Amino acid sequence: MSTKPRIRLPDNARIGEVIEIKTLIAHPMESGNRRGNDGSLIPRLLLHTFTAKFADREVFRATLHTGTAANPFISFFIKVPGPGEFEFTWIEDGGAQVVERQALKVT
Amino acid sequence: MSDRRSFIMGLSAMAAWTSCVRPVGAQGVPRDIQAVVKALIGGATPVEGRISLDLPEIAENGNTIPYTVRVESPMTEAEYVKAVHLLAPANPHPQISSFFFTPQSGKATVASRMRLAQTQDVLVYAEISDGTLYTTKRSIKVTVGGCGG
Amino acid sequence: MKIIRKNVCAIALAFASSLAGAAQAQQKSDAIEHELETYRSMLKSDPWSNPGMLDVDRGETLWKTPGGSNHVSLEGCDLGLGPGKVDGAFAALPRYFGDADRVMDVEARILWCMEKLQGFERAELLTHPHPGPGMPVKDLGAIATYIAYRSNGRSFAAAFNHRKEKEMLALGEALFFRRSGPMDFACSTCHGDSGKRIRLQPLPLFSKPDEARKIVGAWPAYRVSTAHVMTMQHRIYDCFWQMRLPEVELGSDVSVALISYLVKQAEGGEISIPGMKR
Repeated sequence: MSTKPRIRLPDNARIGEVIEIKTLIAHPMESGNRRGNDGSLIPRLLLHTFTAKFADREVFRATLHTGTAANPFISFFIKVPGPGEFEFTWIEDGGAQVVERQALKVT
Repeated sequence: MSDRRSFIMGLSAMAAWTSCVRPVGAQGVPRDIQAVVKALIGGATPVEGRISLDLPEIAENGNTIPYTVRVESPMTEAEYVKAVHLLAPANPHPQISSFFFTPQSGKATVASRMRLAQTQDVLVYAEISDGTLYTTKRSIKVTVGGCGG
Repeated sequence: MKIIRKNVCAIALAFASSLAGAAQAQQKSDAIEHELETYRSMLKSDPWSNPGMLDVDRGETLWKTPGGSNHVSLEGCDLGLGPGKVDGAFAALPRYFGDADRVMDVEARILWCMEKLQGFERAELLTHPHPGPGMPVKDLGAIATYIAYRSNGRSFAAAFNHRKEKEMLALGEALFFRRSGPMDFACSTCHGDSGKRIRLQPLPLFSKPDEARKIVGAWPAYRVSTAHVMTMQHRIYDCFWQMRLPEVELGSDVSVALISYLVKQAEGGEISIPGMKR
């Protein structure tokens, strides 16, 4: 998981506004059903959970399974409660995590 | 021209075969994934409606299929969508994704991308905070499988 | 007389119903094409979400980060518009470079800079330079994707003024139509006519600028079927593999010649990277 995930927040937001957050992360999302060139099964390795916290409170969660495409793209919404920082976490099978933080400019 | 005709026949045959082979239970849900559905939403019977799923009718490649799922809801403390589950009964493992919302979500709308092994009906279940359950399904033809083939 | 009339009727009926059947099949196949277009446009509708953008980001980091045994960044690399000048460079490639005394496309040039400026081993860069299915594009390809991205919105405008550029272009055109190998294929075998397909994949007619302009500017592209970005050099490598021709070396004259021909055919066409393909 070497490339930084992409996160798209609006440039600024008002309190009470419902805003869209887009996330994109590089990951093969190996289902465990694919075979390598030597014919052996490539072991399953998924990002199984994505969470979004805003101002330390979880606002959105996704569990991802083999039916999720590689390089997962997730777009979701939140209603802006006030100023704060987002914390996005992706958790891989085996426990490795990618954490990204981004502040939201609230006017 | 004849290539296209035989291709169309092939697609229809594929769709027919898929629905023929799997034994189907209540609400057209294949029997072997009813256990998965039960584990996600409990034993109650969901009602058709309230969910919209934007999904192409044909995917050129099953590896990556874009979709947007929406559930109408005021999204207040009094009534909000708790969870949306997407299932692909004909995939080797049927779960696609589950999404969990809060009253702070504003909208129960998510866009993402699924991976499908073959032509099938994608199933969606939505759980509302008051305990009601909704469901819908959308049929999609997949021309090249996305799980390893 | 009656027998002839009956046969004529039978033939006419058979013909009419086959026409009706054919018309119905055509309608159905148009409907299918329409739905496939829905799939394709849904995938392309949000360029931000193209997973190839992750490789653009990675390529930018690689361009700016010191690397190789000389531990320098690629910011001193001249892509044709001066050292480190990235905006618009891809739109003017392939071109002749005096320091290498060769015509180069973007990947050949990055290869040259990685070797000469950064001190990477050329042999290493040329060994398995393209990713397998499910693997991300390699560093050189990611850098090329970034450079190409920095020409987005521009049109292909490689000048082909220099004598060697003209020779490369002529070579590319000759190669495009030249049949060889065990299957006696040329590029034009598949890409030599309008409206052809292999399974569901439409085959553009590159000798027609109209078609070339719509296609060439989408490469490098994220390929859904292999879940990675495929660069133009990789695309040509793969075509040669499909034709059962010898392996094309990354940045070789053959590859640069063919890219020159494609870019010339696509002159004026818009660059929009990364593309999104099945």
